[in-house]
Amino acid sequence: MQLIRQFELKAEEMYKMAGKIRGFFHAYVGQEAIAAGCMTATTPDDPYITAYRDHGLGLARGISPNAAMAELYGKATGASKGKGGSMHFFSFEHKFFGGHGIVGAQIGTGAGLAFAEKYKGTNNVVLCFFGDGASRQGILHETFNMAMTWKLPVIFICENNHYAMGTSVERTSNVIDIYKLADAYEMPADKVDGMIPENVHESVARAVKRAREGDGPTLLEMKTYRYKGHSISDPQKYRSKEEVDDYKEQDPIQRVLKTISDNKFATPAEIEAIDNKINTLVEASVKFAEESPLPDDSEVYKDVYIDQNYPFIVD
Amino acid sequence: MRSIPFREALREAMSEEMRRDERVFLMGEEVAEYNGAYKVSQGMLAEFGAKRVIDTPIAELGFAAIAVGAAQNGLRPLVEFMTWNFAVLPLDQILNTASKMLAMSGGQIGCPIVFRGPNGSAGQLGAQHSTAFDSLYANIPGLKVVSPSNGYDAKGLLKQCIRYEEDPIVFFESEVMYGDKCEVPEEEYYIPLGKADVKRAGRDVTIVSYNKMMKVALGAAAELEKEGVSAEVIDLRTIRPLDWETILESVKKTNRLVIVEEQWPFASVSSEITYRIQKEGFDYLDAPIRRICSADAPMHYAANLTALAIPDVERTVKLVKEVMYSKK
Ligand SMILES: Cc1ncc(C[n+]2csc(CCOP(=O)(O)OP(=O)(O)O)c2C)c(N)n1
Ligand SMILES: [Mg+2]
Repeated sequence: MQLIRQFELKAEEMYKMAGKIRGFFHAYVGQEAIAAGCMTATTPDDPYITAYRDHGLGLARGISPNAAMAELYGKATGASKGKGGSMHFFSFEHKFFGGHGIVGAQIGTGAGLAFAEKYKGTNNVVLCFFGDGASRQGILHETFNMAMTWKLPVIFICENNHYAMGTSVERTSNVIDIYKLADAYEMPADKVDGMIPENVHESVARAVKRAREGDGPTLLEMKTYRYKGHSISDPQKYRSKEEVDDYKEQDPIQRVLKTISDNKFATPAEIEAIDNKINTLVEASVKFAEESPLPDDSEVYKDVYIDQNYPFIVD
Repeated sequence: MRSIPFREALREAMSEEMRRDERVFLMGEEVAEYNGAYKVSQGMLAEFGAKRVIDTPIAELGFAAIAVGAAQNGLRPLVEFMTWNFAVLPLDQILNTASKMLAMSGGQIGCPIVFRGPNGSAGQLGAQHSTAFDSLYANIPGLKVVSPSNGYDAKGLLKQCIRYEEDPIVFFESEVMYGDKCEVPEEEYYIPLGKADVKRAGRDVTIVSYNKMMKVALGAAAELEKEGVSAEVIDLRTIRPLDWETILESVKKTNRLVIVEEQWPFASVSSEITYRIQKEGFDYLDAPIRRICSADAPMHYAANLTALAIPDVERTVKLVKEVMYSKK
């Protein structure tokens, strides 16, 4: 969690102060407990898929800070060779299927990943993340219906951070409890405090168990909060500073630190050593990204077709 | 004359028409309380109220469908897409319903609606936020396609669409033009669709473009002038119907044609223009018609790859020189 937090704070600095990162940039800061709780409840073989707010889950899955920072810089050494940027982190090696920019699209695609797992007869379960705003897209209903009917091994995780850009959940529907959307398809569902990693872990572990046993999907609505604006350019006029501060009081990282010290799981010196290690990693990722080369110009026409000799129209 | 940003010209067009006609309303994501994702609709909720300036959930297929239904039943909806990339979801409503209603119903039920929003690339936004859809929509009979390059044209054309056009319209703007200032008169005016505009007169070569690529076309013309080449620059303003007569008139004079557009090359606007001009003006051409399009690939994020993917002044100048058979 601390790595995600520190990485993003650094990246934001490099965007704003140094102008090294461009395009849309959506921070995960505040939502880290979800990534942490999901990771401990799944295995490296379980595919993950999410939207454009993807730095946190990408790092959690195992994309290195170097590859992540280089991707933000648009460098050839980035997770997606500098071709995706902030919104499109991918790592096939780590079963991280992105990184998607069209709101709601990955709800269906995630179920498709699960379809393949079931078809191939593996025991893997897909974690499919989307926002509260995305839950109003029609694709959610089509997908829920089929995923439930076909008992696909997928956990739908709605990261309800209360806002879709400037629109609060209350303004988008009469159904404020998003987990209730599962009722229409008789899909098991749960509401989870997404600021508490233990709660996230337990709810995901239950859902994963059910999916591995062949009982199909679950919808988990995780109540969470983004401390930063929707993206770097958001003036955030739709919410008060007090509201943001209230949520910062429940900060998941502070909570974990308290749990650790209350239970003496680690000494302050050990915590400090972890923080130092993270700082070193993050600083090194900036250096790595700075020193990495841009993709070669010829990359414009690479990765569009597998066929290397495809006759592109260049005139 | 006063000078106002592009976004304000659009806002004036919508607001003036909404004051005039109760049937017109604006619907889209973040258009009301947030005052527009790109502030085009700033202040409109305050003036017109929530009945006529309507925030939607993120549900493009659904709200576009509701607007398409409303258009068939006596209203004149204005639908804002946050960007046209997200309008791929309601493409079904635009293509399968709006564009075909009049034909399918034997002329009984039309669909007077304007879909508008920013189109094409806007810096390093990556593959899913950078598509330019002009040629794709221009392929659809029943739709009219408008793609202005400046605030003056945008205002007159948008007012025309809302007030006088009975057919469904797709109207393309650009994130990177919203701040551009332009002289726009206080007095009311309308610009008819299907009329290209000669933005710069010239003798030696015709450059045709539209939307934000007009900057590249005009920039290239300015560079060429320094080297003694006189380029005539035509702004299409409307893609469908296409004003090929204005292009042909120009080619009759210059005998050379270059097209600059932010489209993928296959079956693009330039393909259509090239066909039309070779057919109608074959005898006037002194060189093959050439074009510069976006790269035939999804847009990549990296700075150098983004820059290479869209037409620029330098490559346009080079292309014009090839058409002029210039030595250097
Ligand atoms: C289909 C589509 N419509 C609109 C957008 C623009 N957009 C990007 S993010 C966003 C808000 C999404 O909110 P939510 O699903 O709650 O996710 P969060 O950003 O809070 O993580 C919108 C409207 C988009 N990318 N795709
Ligand atoms: Mg949200």
